Amino acid sequence: MKYVIWTMVLILLIVHQDFWNWFDNTLVMGFIPIGLFYHACISLAAGFTWWLATVFIWPKDLDADNDPTQESH
Amino acid sequence: MEAGIIRLIIIAVYLMLLLVLGFFASRLFTGSKNDYLLASHSIGPFLLLMSIFGTTMTAFALVGSTGEAFREGIGVYGMLASSSGIIHSLCFFVIGVKVYGFGRKYGYSTQIQFFRDRLESDFVGVLLFPILVALIIPYLLIGVMASGTVIQTMTAGAFANEGIFANKNPAFAGGVPPFVGSAVICAVVLIYVFFGGMRGTAWANAFQTIVFMVLGLVTFVLIANKLGGGESFIENLKTISAKVGADHTTRASMSQSKFFTYLLIPLSVGMFPHLFQHWLTAKNANSFKLSVMFHPVFIMIVWVPCVLLGIWATVPGVLPEALAAKIPPNAVLPAMVKLKTSPVVGGLLTAGILAAIMSSLDSQFLCIGSMFTNDIVEHYVGKERVSDRAQVWLARGFVVLIVAIVYYISLFPNPSVFAMGVWCFSGFAALFPIIFAALYWRRLTAAGAVSGILAAAGSWFYLFQKSGYGSNRTYAIEINIPNVVDFSIMPVVAIFACTLVAMCVTSLITRPPSDSTLAKFFAPQDT
Repeated sequence: MKYVIWTMVLILLIVHQDFWNWFDNTLVMGFIPIGLFYHACISLAAGFTWWLATVFIWPKDLDADNDPTQESH
Repeated sequence: MEAGIIRLIIIAVYLMLLLVLGFFASRLFTGSKNDYLLASHSIGPFLLLMSIFGTTMTAFALVGSTGEAFREGIGVYGMLASSSGIIHSLCFFVIGVKVYGFGRKYGYSTQIQFFRDRLESDFVGVLLFPILVALIIPYLLIGVMASGTVIQTMTAGAFANEGIFANKNPAFAGGVPPFVGSAVICAVVLIYVFFGGMRGTAWANAFQTIVFMVLGLVTFVLIANKLGGGESFIENLKTISAKVGADHTTRASMSQSKFFTYLLIPLSVGMFPHLFQHWLTAKNANSFKLSVMFHPVFIMIVWVPCVLLGIWATVPGVLPEALAAKIPPNAVLPAMVKLKTSPVVGGLLTAGILAAIMSSLDSQFLCIGSMFTNDIVEHYVGKERVSDRAQVWLARGFVVLIVAIVYYISLFPNPSVFAMGVWCFSGFAALFPIIFAALYWRRLTAAGAVSGILAAAGSWFYLFQKSGYGSNRTYAIEINIPNVVDFSIMPVVAIFACTLVAMCVTSLITRPPSDSTLAKFFAPQDT
């Protein structure tokens, strides 16, 4: 799953460069420019990808390592 | 009653509310430095999400994004918002969680404490401290300047009849001038940070984040309905968007290579000292999950309406012709709110904008104090020679000094919020390779880090000076080889590359860190 999630992050970064929408002034649903709509969808897709990361590849035992008796430096 | 006065009263009431919140947070203050600076590691998932989001969403996000959309069109969203949605969470995940682990394990409160330990070098701290403080100053300046502009725009006319606060520009006449508005905002934030410390800051951040998100959406609906003039909200959206020119609904005037290279700028969150401190307030590692997941969605909720408001403001007739011709970008959002909503709603929405600004200023104020006491006072004078309470007071004193400097600079003409933000974020982004390598590359040495930091500082200053100290707001590096390539890139690419090359080359030719340090920061199989 680790590779799937990191591949998804990479894909997000690639599709972020949407040169194909550059000069398109279509208004999605009649009011939102397609270049803006597309990137709003990327934001949602990023939220989904990071949700998968928290479910499947979240680092374990981070809190177990901590010594609660230690105060700041 | 004069509309400006109504808005002023609402702003004043909101600021009072924040002071009350800071007072209540102070009742839980235990008096220890750890509690003051890190809220005794008590911040749970929801508060962490709201405080981190509020901290990263500055005047840059609301006032700057609307202003930039007004000038350049919708491309600003892809340039900074959707890229930040991917990269900020990436930084929280690969940097924040790991830093939190080391912070709790070894008791760090600041980045410099971590770097000194990891790199076995005292000098790294001496070098990094002034650079981080110098980079935070323009970041603070963004908030201080924007708050003054917003208050002046929204209270214009309040004292016009009395002849107080006269201004040549009728859009600002009779409004509270920026030198007063900015001073009041600084004072309020200083007071609640001083009373409440990190706990008060986190509470105020969460409260203000809710305020600016809710009021931002309300603003959007009200202005859309006003501009559309029809019965249904969707119809109104369609009516006003249909009138926007293609130059603002596309990225026709934007360079594709610049757009691509903007991707590096959100890496700045990996090196923001105030975010580092927020990460260390987490109750446990799982507290980060909500921030990682919801940060991109929250960015979308805030930025999409702002960008739409910015492009709608370009429609002829939305802003009075005389105003539209010379309006500073920072004033577009407040002007829209003022012109298109009632005084009461306008006052509330102004409070929302100020909330976004203050929710960043507070963390930055606190973090500067934290760096001063931990990295300078405690490190050089000694923990045993300065009591916890004395350190808290020293932190407060240093914060007041820095805020006074920022306030003084804000009194002079400065570049736009957006331009200044981009330069500031470029500086932090250029330092990203250092923190990343410190966490994931065991071969990083102190000399490598020092070279990288010097390369970042030198190249940043060189390019900043080339841009006329930010006055050329569209400054980019032109790559032009006749008949081969011709494109422009953001300065951050060159600065980032300088850091990376200097850091890697120097690390590889200098002696690796000791085995004990590697054992401390890397898993056994890696060392």
